[in-house]
Amino acid sequence: MTRTLRAAGAGVAALLALSACSSSDESASSSSASSGAPGSSGSGRVSGTVTVFAAASLKESFTTLGETFEKAHPGTKVTFSFGGSDSLAASITGGAPADVFASASPKTMKIVTDAGDTSGTPVTFVRNQLEIATLPGNPDRIASLKDLTDTALKVVLCAEEVPCGAAARKALDASGLKLTPVSYEQDVKAALTKVELKEADAAVVYRTDVRAAGDKVEGVDFPESAGAVNAYPIARLEDAGNAAGADAFIDLVRSAEGRKVLTDAGFLTS
Amino acid sequence: MTAEDGDEMTGAGTAGAGGTGTGTAGTGGTGTGSGLDAHLVVERGAFRLDVELAVAPGEVVALLGPNGAGKTTALRALAGLTPLTGGRLRLDGAALERTPPELRPVGVVFQDYLLFPHLTALDNVAFGPRCHGASKARARAQAAEWLDRLGLAGHAGAKPRRLSGGQAQRVAVARALATRPRLLLLDEPLAALDARTRLEVRAQLRRHLAEFEAVAVIVTHDPLDAMVLADRLVVVENGRIVQEGGPADIARRPRTDYIAQLVGLNLYRGEADGHTVRLGSGQTVTTTEELTGPVFVAFPPGAVTLYRDRPAGASARNLWRCEVTGLESHGDRVRAALGGELPLAADLSAVAAAELDLRPGAEVWATVKAAQTHAYPD
Amino acid sequence: MTAGDKAVLPRRRRRRAGAQVRGVPLPLLVPALIGLAFLIVPLLALLVRTPWSSLPELLTGAEVWQALRLSLLCATAATAVSLVIGVPLAWLLARVEFPGRGLVRALVTLPLVLPPVVGGVALLMALGRNGIVGKWLDDWFGLTLPFTTAGVVIAEAFVALPFLVISVEGTLRAADPRYEEAAATLGASRFTAFRRVTLPLIAPGIAAGAVLAWARALGEFGATITFAGNFPGRTQTMPLAVYLALQSDPEAATALSLVLLAVSVAVLAGLRDRWMTAG
Repeated sequence: MTRTLRAAGAGVAALLALSACSSSDESASSSSASSGAPGSSGSGRVSGTVTVFAAASLKESFTTLGETFEKAHPGTKVTFSFGGSDSLAASITGGAPADVFASASPKTMKIVTDAGDTSGTPVTFVRNQLEIATLPGNPDRIASLKDLTDTALKVVLCAEEVPCGAAARKALDASGLKLTPVSYEQDVKAALTKVELKEADAAVVYRTDVRAAGDKVEGVDFPESAGAVNAYPIARLEDAGNAAGADAFIDLVRSAEGRKVLTDAGFLTS
Repeated sequence: MTAEDGDEMTGAGTAGAGGTGTGTAGTGGTGTGSGLDAHLVVERGAFRLDVELAVAPGEVVALLGPNGAGKTTALRALAGLTPLTGGRLRLDGAALERTPPELRPVGVVFQDYLLFPHLTALDNVAFGPRCHGASKARARAQAAEWLDRLGLAGHAGAKPRRLSGGQAQRVAVARALATRPRLLLLDEPLAALDARTRLEVRAQLRRHLAEFEAVAVIVTHDPLDAMVLADRLVVVENGRIVQEGGPADIARRPRTDYIAQLVGLNLYRGEADGHTVRLGSGQTVTTTEELTGPVFVAFPPGAVTLYRDRPAGASARNLWRCEVTGLESHGDRVRAALGGELPLAADLSAVAAAELDLRPGAEVWATVKAAQTHAYPD
Repeated sequence: MTAGDKAVLPRRRRRRAGAQVRGVPLPLLVPALIGLAFLIVPLLALLVRTPWSSLPELLTGAEVWQALRLSLLCATAATAVSLVIGVPLAWLLARVEFPGRGLVRALVTLPLVLPPVVGGVALLMALGRNGIVGKWLDDWFGLTLPFTTAGVVIAEAFVALPFLVISVEGTLRAADPRYEEAAATLGASRFTAFRRVTLPLIAPGIAAGAVLAWARALGEFGATITFAGNFPGRTQTMPLAVYLALQSDPEAATALSLVLLAVSVAVLAGLRDRWMTAG
C-alpha cells in the first residue's frame, strides 16, 4: 500500500517536472518571437507593471494576451481596467495613471487625444461588427435585420448614446428600416442579458458579445452590419509610467499572435 | 336611548347596591346566575396567579396587594388581555374564558387612562359605542350624555393632552361606562393623581361606583383607596389571596405583615393561653381577649408609650426593652421604629420625642396597655 | 411624538427647549460641519457647473418633461404600493409574535444592501416573462411586466419598500401597544383598533417613511433599467435619462439632474411643512 502510494507520488512529480519544462519552452519561444518588435521600436528591456485601460468588449482577449505578455517578459505584470470606453476616457483625462488605452470607438479615443493625453497617433487594431443575438435555436426564425421589425417580437437595442446603439442606428437608417424596440439598453452587455434571460427575443449587439455568451444566445449575421463597423483604436498614453512596457504590449496586440486571439473572440482584424 | 341610560343609573342607585364601605363582607358572588364567578389561574415562568373571585352585581371589590402580587395580571385576565392558563371565568352565567377582549362585556379604566391622544374627549367616549355598532351621531350623543353625567360637558371638544389629571380620569371612566359593561375594571384609578385632586376624584368615583349596577373590580396598592371605594377587600400577595373581608374587618384584624403595615398596626403571631399570648420570639403580650391556640395580636403604634428609663412601679406586663432603629416625622407626629426584645412601631408627638432625646441607637422602654391590644384567632 | 402624548408632555417640551441653546463642543461641531460640507459641496458643484446659458435650450426637449412626468408618476405609484403592503407588513413585524420573525425582518431589509442592479435581475427572474412567477402571469393573463411602466413601479417599489417598512416598524415599536388593548376592551376588533387607533397614532411615522420611500423611488436607477428597460415615455425615468445623457452630453446630464434635484427639493419641502411638523 505504502509502496504504491510512493510510486504514484513519483509519477506525479515526474509529470510536474515535464509540464514545467514544456511551459518554460513555450514562454521562451514566444519571447523570442515578439522580441523583434520591441527591438525595432528602440525601447530597451521591458520590466515592471503595465497598466492597460481597455473597452469592456476586449476583456476576454486582452486577459489572454496579458498572460502571454507576462510569460514573454518574465518579471512584468499587466493590470487591466475594463469598462465603458466613455468612463475610461473620462478617468484618463481626469488623471488616472495608465500606460495604454484601447477604446471601442474613435470618438472616445478622440476625447483622450484632444486632451493631449496620448503619445503618438492611435492606431486601429481591430474592428467589431454587429450581429443579431437571438434565443438559442432561433425559435423566431430571424434571418435578417428586416425580420426584427415584426411587432410581435420584443427587440432590445443599445441606447444611441453608446457605441453599439449608434452603430445599430446607422445600420437601420442605411437600410431604411423602422424598428421600435421595447428598450434602449444602457450598454451592450445589458442588451445581451435581456436575451440571455429570455426577456427579449432579439438584440442587436457585437459579434464578440455573441461569441462570448456561448450557447446562451445564437448569432445571426446580417449584411447591413458591414456598413456600421466599429473601429477600435489603441494608443500609448502621454503620462505612461512604463513607456517601454506600453509599446511592447501594443506590439503584442498587433502581432500575428495577438490578431489570432482577437479573431477567435470575434473581432475583425483585416 | 338617553332615557334608558338615565333609568339604568338611577335604577342602580335606588336599588341600594354599593355599600358605604363597611359591613357587606364575604358572600357577594354566588357562583351561579348573575355577577362574576372567577377562578383565575395564570402561570408565567416562576410566577403563578391563583385567585378565586365571586362578586355580586352592584358590589365593588378591591384587589389590594403590593407591587408584583399579581393584581394587574388578574385584572388583565378578567379583561381578556392576558389568557388564562387554567380556572374559569363566568360573568352573569356566561363562560368567557375563550372570549376575546373585544367581545367581553367588560369596561376598563387603565392606570394612566390610555385616552386616545388623537381623539377629543367626546370621541374617546364615543369610541366604544361606535365599535358596538352605533352610528356616528348616536355614539356621539351617548358620549355627550356620559360626559355630562361626569361633569365634563365643557370639555367634550378637548384633546386628552389639554385635560387635567382629574378630568382625564373622569373621561376614562365615562369611556369605560359608555359600552355599558357588566364588569367594570379599574386599575389603580387614582394613582396618577396628585394628593389634592385625589381626594376630590376619590369621592366622585365612589359616588359613580355606588350608582353602578354591575360588577366592579378595583386594583390598587393604596389601602385608603380600597377602603373608601370598595365594599369588600381581597388582599393578594404572591399571586394568592391572603385575606378577604370588609374594610373594617381587614383593618381591625390584619393577617399578614403587609396588611398590618398598610393599616398601620403592629402585628404578631403567637400561641394564646388565656389572656397571655406567647410570641415566637419568646416575648409575651397580655390581652383582654381570652383565647387559646394560634392567634394574631395587633395594636396601633399610637398605643405604645416610650420611656427613657424603666418606668418605676410599672407592672412587667407588656413592657419591653427596645432600641431605636429609625425615626420618621409625619407633621407633628414622629414614628419610631424599634428593635430589641419586640420589634414594633411607636407613634409619639414631636415634643415627646424631643424630651426623650430619641435618636437611632438610643435605648428605650416600650409599654402597651392590654386594653389597647387586640387578639384574634389565626 | 406618538406614544407618549400623555399628560407628561409639557415637562418634556420644556427640557427640549432648554437643550437648544448651549455651547456646541468642538469635537462635535467640526465633524458636523465637515459632514455638512461633504453633502453640500457636490450639490453646489452641480449648480456651479450647470450651463446656465444653454439651460433653456437643454430643458425644452419634450423628452425631459416626459421623463420627469414618468418619474413623478412612478415614484408616487411605487410609494402607494409600498404603503398598501408595507404598513401591514410593518404591523405584522412589530405586533405579532411568530417563529422566524427575526429572519423575516432581516429578509425585509435585504433589498437595502442588495445592489439595485442585482435586485433588477432578481425581479426579472421572479416576474420576468420567463420568471418563476412571471411565467404564470404571462400564460394565464397574458401579462408581462418587463419593459412596461408597471415594471418601473414594481422595480421602484422593490427598492423603496424596505425604507417604509423599517420606518413604520420603528414607529410602531415606539408606540404604546396598550392603546390597542384599550381599544379592544372598548369592543374594537384588532383591525378596527389598528385602523382607528394605531394608524392615526403612527401617522407621522408613516408619512416620514412614505417620503423616504418616495425619494428613494424617484432616484432609483439600477433595478429600473434592469427590470423595466429604457424606453422614452414608457420606462425612461429621469435617472435613466441622466445616465444616458452622461454618455454623450454631460452638459445635458447636469441640466437634467438639476431638474430632478429642484423637483425633489420642492416636493420634500412642501411635505415637510404639511406633515412632518404636524407630528
